[in-house]
Amino acid sequence: MSAGGLWRPRVSFSLWAGAILALMLLLAAAVSFVWTPYPPAAIDIPHKLASPSLAHLFGTDDLGRDVASQLLTGSRISILVGLVAVGIGLVFGIVLGLIASFSGGWIEDAVMRLSDFVFAFPALLSAIMLTSTYGPGVINAIIAIGVLYVPIIAKVTRATANGVLAREYALAARAAGRGPLSIAFDHVLPNIAPALIVQATIQFAGAILAEAALSYLGLGAQPPQASWGRMLAEAQNVLYNAPSLAIYPGAAIALSVLGLNLLGDGLRDALDPKLKARS
Amino acid sequence: MVLYALQRLAVLAATLVAASLIVFAVMSILPGNAAQTMLGSTATPEAVAALAHKLGLDQPAPVRYAHWIGGALRGDFGLSYAYGSPIGPLIASSLAVSAPLAIMAMALAAGIALAAGVYAADRRGRTGDAIVMGASQIGLAVPNFWLAILLVIVFAVSLRLAPAGGFPGWGEPMRALGALILPAVALGVVQAAVLTRVTRSAVLEALNEDFMRTARAKGVSRRSALWRHALPNALVPILTIMGLQFANLIAGAIVVENVFVLPGLGRLMLQSISNRDTLVVENGVMLTAIIVIALNFVVDLACAAIDPRLRGLAA
Repeated sequence: MSAGGLWRPRVSFSLWAGAILALMLLLAAAVSFVWTPYPPAAIDIPHKLASPSLAHLFGTDDLGRDVASQLLTGSRISILVGLVAVGIGLVFGIVLGLIASFSGGWIEDAVMRLSDFVFAFPALLSAIMLTSTYGPGVINAIIAIGVLYVPIIAKVTRATANGVLAREYALAARAAGRGPLSIAFDHVLPNIAPALIVQATIQFAGAILAEAALSYLGLGAQPPQASWGRMLAEAQNVLYNAPSLAIYPGAAIALSVLGLNLLGDGLRDALDPKLKARS
Repeated sequence: MVLYALQRLAVLAATLVAASLIVFAVMSILPGNAAQTMLGSTATPEAVAALAHKLGLDQPAPVRYAHWIGGALRGDFGLSYAYGSPIGPLIASSLAVSAPLAIMAMALAAGIALAAGVYAADRRGRTGDAIVMGASQIGLAVPNFWLAILLVIVFAVSLRLAPAGGFPGWGEPMRALGALILPAVALGVVQAAVLTRVTRSAVLEALNEDFMRTARAKGVSRRSALWRHALPNALVPILTIMGLQFANLIAGAIVVENVFVLPGLGRLMLQSISNRDTLVVENGVMLTAIIVIALNFVVDLACAAIDPRLRGLAA
């Protein structure tokens, strides 16, 4: 124990900063549904590449679209992809992880081997496979990102579940004749929830990065859907005339990812002090 | 060690077969007809059927798989639909750009990460540590292709020190190398953020080991104990994560190559997607998976060479 005393605040700087940045992301998306300065896809050629002004807070792009409106609306795709991809990862990952942990033996081996090797296919590679067969789009991007999260969540679930199953209370529940499902819901899931919440937050950040990269390459969000990655791709065409257009969307991505990563770190410290001691 | 290597080799072979089955399943068996994709939605059913026949798509899946793998083992990857030339040389020439890029980026990332990670672990809890960790937190959040664009803005648009993109070919080695520097920085710096954190925590773990206390008690200096005892023991987790990160590095290279218009594997695959050149994509994806899997195999062996305890754990 440090000389500072017995009490140590659990709400760290990471948690605060992360929570504020993540809230800003959510707020941007929420606001974009009720209000944006201009319709985000409204083309206004006479006012193209306008500098930032009171009329256009972040200026306009090469088609005269308001950058601020596009930034606000673009947050929706980031959140959508993050939520659904992490959701896919959580649902299938938890089920697979629990199956592996409860059955043990060759089933556990098989699930873990399979997980190892999904790592050889980064989201971008699977997205390239999917798009070249089925065409580009947000749904394929989500599937490609979500599939990658299944083994990550499955590993966390299995490792933590194995720990819980070896504990006395889980053994007692088993001895009392409780079935695997009831043990999973009453004992295992509540115990692995903190680890999963932390993982989900950090994977959410990863999904935002992956979506941005895919949309930048033209494999994700399609026009006229506003997306930060696509805004960067379009900004690159006018880099010599309006370099600042390439600053805002990238900053929006970086701040969102930074916020979620910090939030994940802060939550880990707050929910699982044991992990903090080790890092 | 030999037994361990053979065991890993068997796992490697099994993994490669499984990877090829997945690539084949996603690209050739699942609904969605490559011939239809190639010709577009306006094509007549007859034209689609004719192309499907020409590509051998009307044969049963096991036959097509055997044909694909059999050809690939002989170095025959088929013909590119868009370029009309053999796929093997197409991919080989793109690798001549992508492989040096990936190696430069990884070397840069490893250099930064080892220096910054060991430094931060040594200064744990002090200002230097906080700065390194803060910088790595930012590095984790910055998309590599955005960093690439920022580098273009600074070094090509403003300072005019470097070309904004393009590749002169290896005929002019110095200019070719120069064209790869900004892309390698964009890839490597972001990659270094992850590795720095891994290095720091691995070194911290090693610093807490008994042998460190023994070394210091024997009179080994703090610095020498850090570099000669802690770092070698921290190398196994660092190498393992580096191997796993390599997949992300290659994925990142695909995006960054597009920022700088480099004729690498990533650009070849993306162009092939817009050309509806499915066969090129299929082989490109497979090759990337092979590289990643093979590299992790090498990392496994390297770890076992460094740490004999791991040789018994072969599963």
